[in-house]
Amino acid sequence: MAGLAAGLVDRSMSNVIEAHDLTKVYKMGEVEVQALRGVSFNIQRGEVIAIMGPSGSGKTTLMNTLGCLDRPTSGQYILDDEPVASLNDDQLADIRNRKVGFVFQSFNLLSRQSAITNVELPLRYSGKLEGRRERAIEALKAVGLEDRMTHRPYELSGGQQQRVAIARAIVNNPAIVMADEPTGNLDSKVGKEIMDLLLTLNRESGTTLIIITHDPTIAEQTQRVIRMRDGLLESSK
Amino acid sequence: MSIAQAILEALESLSGNKLRSGLTVLGIVIGVAAVIAMLAVGQGAQASITGSISGIGTNLLFVFRGGSNDEVRNTKPLTIGDADALKDRFAAPSIEGVAPALEESAVVSFGGEQTSPQIFGVTPAYFQVRNLALAEGEFFTEEHLLGRASVVLLGPEVAETLFGHADGVTGETVRIEGQPFRVIGVLESRGGGAFGSEDNQMIVPFSTAQARLIRRSANDRVDIIFVQAVSGDLVLQATEEISQILRTRHRTPVGADDFTIFTQQDLLTTFESITGILTIFLGGIAGISLLVGGIGIMNIMLVSVTERTREIGLRKALGARKRDILAQFLIESSLLSLIGGIIGIIFGWLISYVVGQIAVASGTPFSPVVGFNAIALATIFSAAVGLFFGIYPANRAASLEPVEALRYE
Repeated sequence: MAGLAAGLVDRSMSNVIEAHDLTKVYKMGEVEVQALRGVSFNIQRGEVIAIMGPSGSGKTTLMNTLGCLDRPTSGQYILDDEPVASLNDDQLADIRNRKVGFVFQSFNLLSRQSAITNVELPLRYSGKLEGRRERAIEALKAVGLEDRMTHRPYELSGGQQQRVAIARAIVNNPAIVMADEPTGNLDSKVGKEIMDLLLTLNRESGTTLIIITHDPTIAEQTQRVIRMRDGLLESSK
Repeated sequence: MSIAQAILEALESLSGNKLRSGLTVLGIVIGVAAVIAMLAVGQGAQASITGSISGIGTNLLFVFRGGSNDEVRNTKPLTIGDADALKDRFAAPSIEGVAPALEESAVVSFGGEQTSPQIFGVTPAYFQVRNLALAEGEFFTEEHLLGRASVVLLGPEVAETLFGHADGVTGETVRIEGQPFRVIGVLESRGGGAFGSEDNQMIVPFSTAQARLIRRSANDRVDIIFVQAVSGDLVLQATEEISQILRTRHRTPVGADDFTIFTQQDLLTTFESITGILTIFLGGIAGISLLVGGIGIMNIMLVSVTERTREIGLRKALGARKRDILAQFLIESSLLSLIGGIIGIIFGWLISYVVGQIAVASGTPFSPVVGFNAIALATIFSAAVGLFFGIYPANRAASLEPVEALRYE
């Protein structure tokens, strides 16, 4: 008994993501598109994973599902010990808020708001109003932007904007950070800096990092690569 | 998210596109200003009419010949005797004064000018009952009445028409229906009131009118009896007493009165309901423009939702729930209409003020009243417009799928 209980605890401790037989079917008018055809894998806490695959392979759908932006048509998905496949919209919003940080290719900052307000945004929706400024400052310090806190996005370079976005992603101490082509809009030098920052944050805080990318040099820096093709896992290195 | 924070953010978002927000607000401004101004004009008209009705006397009752329904036939005319009977202190303790009058329109001329105002043949009690005041000269007395004197009091408008001025005409002689009458006084101006021609009248002694100007089939006939009640509270009582006395004198069965008693209060009620309808009508028309302004808000909010689809998607990805997005857009649309409402109130007040000034300048004592109700109504209504017309766009924003919204270009 003791051994079994220990095993269960150990399993939940180690796996931050457990995906089992995920499928996703889109209806495009009359035609049904099978974006995911039964995908199963686990991701351990603190891992750095790249998801690769050609366009139309289903990797965006997989990312949306893992990021709780969308529900799978069928299958089991457990994120940080919570089964999320059957939650309603508001519950999903809450999970996204607490457990997922997003970094987008095009930064997606609110252009009229200062860096610090942008970073505070997830905290506002989590209802944790106490000390949110301090936490936002801390997150901005972690990405090395403590001297740009009151700047608006248009006053920042692309790399700086992506740093603000990363600060926003980590401010709520999420279980996973999902980065969708985080360096896609940056030149290679700045892109490398951003990758280094993401990897450093992963090392320091142990936050699981999932990167969706086309770029093999980025995939090389991760511990594991999940390759998608035609809605299936091709390989999991 | 705290309310203050949300409002601040909404303000920032609205000021991000100042011209567009301004034009949208303008629609509400015009609507609210129109509502405020129209209601103010309506209430001003009401106040002015109420004032002029109060001005025609205090606690006044009018007694006319004729029943209030068609069933009553062979009505007896009112007579001097009826009027005298009403003066009975014991049968009618609630009655302060009684003034029988003959009324007709008559041609009056002086020099080459002529006009045909109403002419009243009255007893001196009339002046007190009707609350009349003189600009110059003096009222006629019992002696004039007894002597059937050819004297006349002119309304200021009549004097103006005949002489070109309303002062210094006492002592002049005018011709009424060809007969010479000496002007012994000019009435104080009361302005164009509910009856339009308060200033456009002439008053002669009752006996003179009876004998020389207003011929009636029977000698003792009167057209109208003005009665003044002792106090406002006793007006109803006075009505009762008049009815009792006249029923007895005319020998009419109960319920078939051949006379009609009209109180000042009845008049007030009638005119108040008329001006009330007028006010509602004007306000309603103005309300339509507010509605149009509301549609403007909805239109702009829809555009804004489309433009900010990505932002909505991002907020949802970061954990905004449906109601967070709903609140965000509802606050924006409500703010638009609330700001418009406040500016509109100021504008409406300005318009009312200008209308009042124009009225004063053109000699009509009429002041629009911007009532507290009008302001409250406009504020509530404009906020409601913002909320109502914001619901659809906000709901549309709130039900966007985060995946689709994020991908939106």
